[in-house]
Amino acid sequence: MKTNKPISVKQTLQNNGVSRRSFMKFCAATASMMALPPGAAKLIAAALEKITRPSVIWLSFQECTGCIESLTRSHSPSIEGLIFDVISLDYQHTLQAAAGESAENARRAAMAENKGEYLLVVDGSIPLKNGGVYSTIAGMSNLEMLKETAKDAAALLCVGSCSAFGGLPNANPNPTGAVAVSDIIKDKPIINVPGCPPIPSVIAGVIVQYLTFGLPELDHLNRPMAFYGQSIHDRCYRRPFYERGQFAESFDDEGARKGWCLYKVGCKGPTTYNACATTKWNNGTSFPIEAGHGCIGCSEPNFWDNGGFYNPLSQTPITDKTNLGVAVAAGVATGVGATLLAKTKQNKTKTPSSNDGENL
Amino acid sequence: MSNINIPIVEIFDSTLDIKSTALTFTPSLNVEPILHEIQYAVIKLLKSKQSSIIDLNAMPFAPGEKEKIRQELGNGEVEILLNAMGKSLLFETDYPGVWWIEHYNDEEQVTGTYIEIAHIPEIIQAVDEEISAGLQRLTQTLNDRSESYENE
Repeated sequence: MKTNKPISVKQTLQNNGVSRRSFMKFCAATASMMALPPGAAKLIAAALEKITRPSVIWLSFQECTGCIESLTRSHSPSIEGLIFDVISLDYQHTLQAAAGESAENARRAAMAENKGEYLLVVDGSIPLKNGGVYSTIAGMSNLEMLKETAKDAAALLCVGSCSAFGGLPNANPNPTGAVAVSDIIKDKPIINVPGCPPIPSVIAGVIVQYLTFGLPELDHLNRPMAFYGQSIHDRCYRRPFYERGQFAESFDDEGARKGWCLYKVGCKGPTTYNACATTKWNNGTSFPIEAGHGCIGCSEPNFWDNGGFYNPLSQTPITDKTNLGVAVAAGVATGVGATLLAKTKQNKTKTPSSNDGENL
Repeated sequence: MSNINIPIVEIFDSTLDIKSTALTFTPSLNVEPILHEIQYAVIKLLKSKQSSIIDLNAMPFAPGEKEKIRQELGNGEVEILLNAMGKSLLFETDYPGVWWIEHYNDEEQVTGTYIEIAHIPEIIQAVDEEISAGLQRLTQTLNDRSESYENE
């Protein structure tokens, strides 16, 4: 898993039998993932030729392993798979062969060798109640391990809604006092890649984006704009039906069969920022709305507690008490898109919940 | 790869009349703008020899729209099969200089679909670095042979 000699990313790929044309395919697909113009593939190639394999330490806390499943169960060999050749993954307790003391030693060794330079990836929330006893690794609470490992990291990448916003463990009544990484770590750059789970190529894309161009442009929730800059509703192929006021009223009516807008059956697309509508899932096959189900808003904070997946946004108690839901409902009535309003609210709306945890 | 262009509603309910089905998923919103973009790129190629690539993965296509664009472009004379980290299929369309490119991985799943407007798609062309490496190998092979002839 580990390398001591600095080898460029391109050299690593070539050593793994990746030809120049394969490398071009890799860079083209990466540019595509990063929502960059296709011509940017050359910039990515040039950047990857220069940089050396960065050390990555991946900590999994209070989580369901769905995020790492999302990344590793994607089509293989794949761009996402190649990420594991591009980076030096020095610690990931689900994937690594080492266990127990030797695993923890590998983490500490990687931290010492790459002090101040390694990327720390976190999935899962951090439970704080009762001294953090609800999730421990090698006798350490998640809080202790996060603080110890984040201390010398260059940046933190929070994969999944749990590490980004608290996620499911943070849902009411939050019995373990789960909080997000950003509630604990205040002195390091944090990139949030939320989703339950995030799209695998988005996880990979953000990693490559960080490696090639440094810290990406982030929105107010620390999400990379390249992937989370537009709402599902903005990019939804069913959007024209919304504009025309054509809605499915239930999942078995004529509107549903005709593929009309799913707003009235609970779609959270207008207030959800993610790349599902273009990148899609299962190797670009489709995404929930294409399969006939509304977006559940899994890349937004507190999505579990936002009033039920099948209630329209107009009936949803918005946690920040803005009039967004009402405005979207007005959009439904008049055929006027509420997206513009949602966009203006994007800078002010929900903040990651931290009030359920104990004081740090 | 599928060229079937059946509106999804027909799969659910074949009794729907064709008119309402057509209204549901057509006219395609993305087809014509992309054809215009291609037209612009072809003019650019002719005038300034600059090639262009359109990434079809970045578009919010409705079901069947991508296939519709493929149909509109048709087939030309050239088909290229590239083997690099899975297959890539490169088709010249009915419009010379307009290439339809599909990248696949080893499991034959699509990893990217592009329209490239160029004389020859860039990924096909060999570069000097590779040609030099190949020349070295060829020279080495010939040297080895002449040495073995001398030893005989």
